[in-house]
Amino acid sequence: MTPFAIETETLSRIYKMRGSKKEKEIRKELVALDNVNLNVERGELFGLLGPNGAGKTTLIKVLTTLLAPSTGKARVAGFDVVEEARKVRPLINMVSGGESSGYGLLTVRENLWMFSQFYGVPSKVAYQRIDELLKRVGIFDRRHTKSSDLSTGLRQKMNIVRGFMTNPDVLFLDEPTLGLDVGASREVRGLIREWLDEDKARTLLLTTHYMVEADELCDRVAIINQGRVLACDTPLALKQRLQKDAIFEVETTPLNGLKAQTIEDLPEVRNATATEHDGGATLELILVEEGALGGVINVLNQKNVRIMKLNKREPTLEDVFVDLVGKSMADVEQAGSNE
Amino acid sequence: MANIPVSGSRRRAEPVEASEAWRSFRFAAWLGWQITSNWTDPLLFAIYSVIRPVARAAILVIMYGVITGNNFTDPLFPYIFLGNAFYTYVFSIMNGVSWAVIDDREHYKTLKYMYIAPIRIPAYLLGRGVAGFLTASLSVVITILAGVLFLHVTFDPLHADWLLFSLTMVIGVVMLALMGLVLGAISLLIVRHSGFIAESVSGVLFLFSGAIYPLDVLPIWLQPVGYAMPITYWLELVRRSLIGDVAQAFTTLARFTNLELLGILVGLSAVFGVASIFTFRVCDRRARERGLIDRTTNY
Repeated sequence: MTPFAIETETLSRIYKMRGSKKEKEIRKELVALDNVNLNVERGELFGLLGPNGAGKTTLIKVLTTLLAPSTGKARVAGFDVVEEARKVRPLINMVSGGESSGYGLLTVRENLWMFSQFYGVPSKVAYQRIDELLKRVGIFDRRHTKSSDLSTGLRQKMNIVRGFMTNPDVLFLDEPTLGLDVGASREVRGLIREWLDEDKARTLLLTTHYMVEADELCDRVAIINQGRVLACDTPLALKQRLQKDAIFEVETTPLNGLKAQTIEDLPEVRNATATEHDGGATLELILVEEGALGGVINVLNQKNVRIMKLNKREPTLEDVFVDLVGKSMADVEQAGSNE
Repeated sequence: MANIPVSGSRRRAEPVEASEAWRSFRFAAWLGWQITSNWTDPLLFAIYSVIRPVARAAILVIMYGVITGNNFTDPLFPYIFLGNAFYTYVFSIMNGVSWAVIDDREHYKTLKYMYIAPIRIPAYLLGRGVAGFLTASLSVVITILAGVLFLHVTFDPLHADWLLFSLTMVIGVVMLALMGLVLGAISLLIVRHSGFIAESVSGVLFLFSGAIYPLDVLPIWLQPVGYAMPITYWLELVRRSLIGDVAQAFTTLARFTNLELLGILVGLSAVFGVASIFTFRVCDRRARERGLIDRTTNY
């Protein structure tokens, strides 16, 4: 038996996009996944970290048999997701965050019971498990409420229960905390960890664009952008890549036209990003050595930009992303939405 | 969190096909009925279920009365009345099956979760059509009852051939469900609010199936369309089983015995059945390739 719960080999997915009526002849191709090679071990909590449009959801769709890959292979629980899709399905489940799916005319309990029946779970066991999970996520008192009367957040909790209640070998959570408040997100993260700790054979693949979530939860993280896996390791090992670098967060007065690129062009500056806000700006600097800060200060002085606050900090997964991509995740998402 | 054992967890990899298909059908039928019957309170639903078919039948009778000068003794009247009543099944079943694709994908956003569950999607869609069958059955019974009691329809249940009727209904319902599956398959590929499909297809078939007039009325070059449709033979057999002598007043299919008509119905239904399963498989594969299973248009 393969030790891997999930395996992909040079997996690619290309979407063919049709142009509008006026530009019928123009057919664009969007590479959503580009030669992805991943191995997720059984029992692992594996994170896919990347901005919106990076290919995370596409990968989940392929792995859950919803979408055919363009090229390459993928196996889940030892079965090929295309050739043996019917063997994969009893062993998996999926929850997508940020959406309010479910049959609004059914109560929370009816919705969940019905899905459990599609998985062949005996009713008695299903009700036991549903009630327990509803208590765990704090919506047991709403079990007889029609799901159309639930808020988006509560519906999302119902869907999270739907994912867990069938006791899958491999569970896929696509942005499970998207749209949840801080407390609810914490509850969900707690449930995820507890569920995995309960049975070491369970595997969970989680996509997120929240760095802290990936850092806190995942055994290993793959950083993905534009369909390509840029790095894959434990959060600690990823951050240690930048350990020798000096990372500064600098609060300044307005940049007066100074571009982050100008700073990045300075010697010993590995990366610089600038975010302007009301009355000032924040610079994120990754320096090869601390001494490079002098050059940055000189450039700021030349542009009459005053430093309000300077903070040296430990590397985060955001810094790893910036180091790999050259932009912050927010900038990548902004650029993507402008295209 | 206590570890409650869940039947069919990681120990199972080989689902039992028959139970999987039956499970898919059974719980889809339950779901379909919940959706169909729960949109309003039970009293309103009951009133709606009675008034709708009676009103439709009444409109038809009034139109017929105006055109023929109230000649309700002509065999054409029960021919039209029954044809129209039973045609309710065509739209209801086809729509019940095919609309599930659009409803689950666009409205409830659950189609992807059904697709990743260990179920048979064709069996699931057919199950969703059961509610359409039940509401249509209620509608047909009420229509015929209203016809006999208030609208000049002559029908003697003691002279009906109930065995032929039951056989015809079973074959007909399966045939209509499989035709609905074709529409469901096409709906998978149409990333739009394609609820018009069942309506337009059943509307077009209404013209060619001899529901409200014998096929002879059609131009000769259009008649083959009607003869190729299993619905034509199904409606003829339903009429013959319920009002045999009246139905045979029309020459269109008079040369065929009941057994021959049944044979044609079974043969054509089998052809349509095989074609529908093939079509579903092709469309299903295309939908996965094009990423359409969970694509919503937010109409």
